[in-house]
Amino acid sequence: MRVGLFVTCVNDSLYPRTGRAVVALLERLGVQVDFPMAQSCCGQPMFNTGYRHQTEPLVRRYAAAFRDHDHIVAPSGSCAAMVRDNYPRIGARAEAEGRGTELSEAAASVVPKTYELTEFLVDVLGVTDVGAYFPHTVTYHPTCHGLRVLGLGDRPRRLLERVEGLELRELEGAEECCGFGGTFAVKNPAVSSAMGSDKSRAIARTGAEAVCTVDNSCLMHIGGVLAREGSPVRPVHIAEILAGTKDPAR
Amino acid sequence: MSRDGARAPRGGAGFPQGGATYLGMPAFPQAADAATRDGRLRANLRHATHTIRAKRARAVAELDDWARLREAGAAIKDRTLRHLDHHLVRLEEAVTRAGGTVHWAADAAEANRIVTDLVRATGEHEVVKVKSMATQEIGLNEALAEAGIRAYETDLAELIVQLGDDLPSHILVPAIHRNRGEIRDIFRDRMASWGRPAPEGLTDRPAELAEAARQHLREKFLRAKVGVSGANFMVAETGTLVVVESEGNGRMCLTLPETLISVVGIEKTVPTWRDLEVFLQLLPRSSTAERMNPYTSMWTGTADGDGPRVFHLVLLDNGRTDTLADEVGRQALRCIRCSACLNVCPVYERAGGHAYGSPYPGPIGAILTPQLRGLSSPLEESLPYASSLCGACFEVCPVAIDIPEVLVHLRERVAEGGEVTVRGTRTVIRPAKGHATERAAMRAARWAFDHPGALRRGQRILARTRRLQPRRLPGPGRAWTDTRELPAVPAESFRDWWARTRGGTA
Repeated sequence: MRVGLFVTCVNDSLYPRTGRAVVALLERLGVQVDFPMAQSCCGQPMFNTGYRHQTEPLVRRYAAAFRDHDHIVAPSGSCAAMVRDNYPRIGARAEAEGRGTELSEAAASVVPKTYELTEFLVDVLGVTDVGAYFPHTVTYHPTCHGLRVLGLGDRPRRLLERVEGLELRELEGAEECCGFGGTFAVKNPAVSSAMGSDKSRAIARTGAEAVCTVDNSCLMHIGGVLAREGSPVRPVHIAEILAGTKDPAR
Repeated sequence: MSRDGARAPRGGAGFPQGGATYLGMPAFPQAADAATRDGRLRANLRHATHTIRAKRARAVAELDDWARLREAGAAIKDRTLRHLDHHLVRLEEAVTRAGGTVHWAADAAEANRIVTDLVRATGEHEVVKVKSMATQEIGLNEALAEAGIRAYETDLAELIVQLGDDLPSHILVPAIHRNRGEIRDIFRDRMASWGRPAPEGLTDRPAELAEAARQHLREKFLRAKVGVSGANFMVAETGTLVVVESEGNGRMCLTLPETLISVVGIEKTVPTWRDLEVFLQLLPRSSTAERMNPYTSMWTGTADGDGPRVFHLVLLDNGRTDTLADEVGRQALRCIRCSACLNVCPVYERAGGHAYGSPYPGPIGAILTPQLRGLSSPLEESLPYASSLCGACFEVCPVAIDIPEVLVHLRERVAEGGEVTVRGTRTVIRPAKGHATERAAMRAARWAFDHPGALRRGQRILARTRRLQPRRLPGPGRAWTDTRELPAVPAESFRDWWARTRGGTA
């Protein structure tokens, strides 16, 4: 099984620990991980802001980089959702504009084999106990694209519940958006900040030491609000929790 | 007609003084900025939307075939919209056969002119109104006022909005931004100048407020000779119009006056009576979280000795056929105005309904308004961006409008321009002004992402200078650092780590 890691541009540039955690976790589970250097960004920032044509080269790039892999794993619900939900649309629009089937074929070649990390663990590897150890109280925020576009359901929770030492705290209004929304956070700063501050208050009320999600972009916003408010709650990507073991060497 | 002591509506900065109109409103981010700082408004909205959201979820969960009903609703609407020309002609024939008169209005001005002329012809100077989104959309009350005709809103929430010289901020509950204390003050201060004054010593108890409104409105119902309504549905096969409501005030307006004028968007057509069964299940549960709404009024033309003796139907286009021409955007016309999307929307909850600058606020307003009016001003151009694309609206929509998909589609029209239909003619619009910097940034980002070697060099520069980077950003980035800390730039990107430890090459 040849698994390509799509680390995502946000993780690559700002949260390399998450990518390293995915590699450690998957290798521990016996998966051989490959990182094609030709990869970059899924194109979500451009596409969701209205620059569809700027997105197209990145669709081609993604398809080319992962052409030979059996599965593509991304530690991001929103980037996996971008590929699965929007790549077919981008292909269809190009066809409708009389520009041939090249983009729809590129989309079709990667859509069925692109997985968000927890989906891959539960659905493809068939594991919920990944042998992790994380002796902390944690609350889980289901990110919007993971929840509503990918339909991750309780997969992340099932994985977290099997982590030794971890105590999961319920988050009030968990399914409400944190207010990040990509460029929304910059275009509508007042509303985005209001949403982030309501989310951070709900997180604080859980009394957990850490808040975890399947997306570092949401965590960047939530963590940014928490830090500004002086909260001790730590933002942690789910991969970093699942990669944790009792072995201090890691 | 002057409004003595008129006040500017509250709930946000930038509203025009002294007149309840959405014209000239600021772009969404500016209007929302003021609303997020209004603690009372946010508390009112949070309480109201969370209450109805929870009730809706329970009402929907009662039906195990909800998903199939939703599909059926979407399918009926889509099929009808595809052949709308045909169904509208059938509707016109049926209404005419039943003794009504049909008028076609291409836009707001034409619809207002038709209604004003019809009222003038009766010799009356006042009308009673059933709550109607279409007449809000065209600004009928203001147009009638200019012609010396006073329109009295009879829906309780619309009455509160009208007396407060305010604007509606929610599809179902237009005065959702007001609490009981504010409503009591409005009744006490304003009822006398519109008709029967509020009783002495009025408190903010809901029963007392409702009784004050009932007494005030009863005088209007018994006096008015002309009623103006909208409709939730129009059945093409019989020419029957349907209004779904909770209070019964609509039924009074529909049956007591001698003349009834209904102004209805053309997309409200359903082909047959059987189609209603789907929507009469979908609408109340999504809207008021009731299994069935208390009043469903249906009228077909005129009948001797029962109801109005004269019936006029004004079929309103006002941007609808242009919207129909857009393959992605047309799904917005499926909307049955239930307001479920507003009640789950985290952006609506913080920004309030006024920020959307139209009688259609919330997620549906963000896609409907720019399509009906065109991307004609900074307000309409800002609406497709008034969403975090969280998808909660799509999840609850009873006719499965993929609102996030349409938002992104309209963002493309704003950012890149493209083909749109304006008054039936295909036109290529240019990208919106003010997006030049953003477009350049997106192009630069795309270029870097399409050249991973350059991206990697950029990452290294960021890493090397990370101790020198400011904690607060200037320019557009300021919006981020005003309320949030920036993430720390790592010493080594993932890409570099992989190359160093695994020996990959670019």
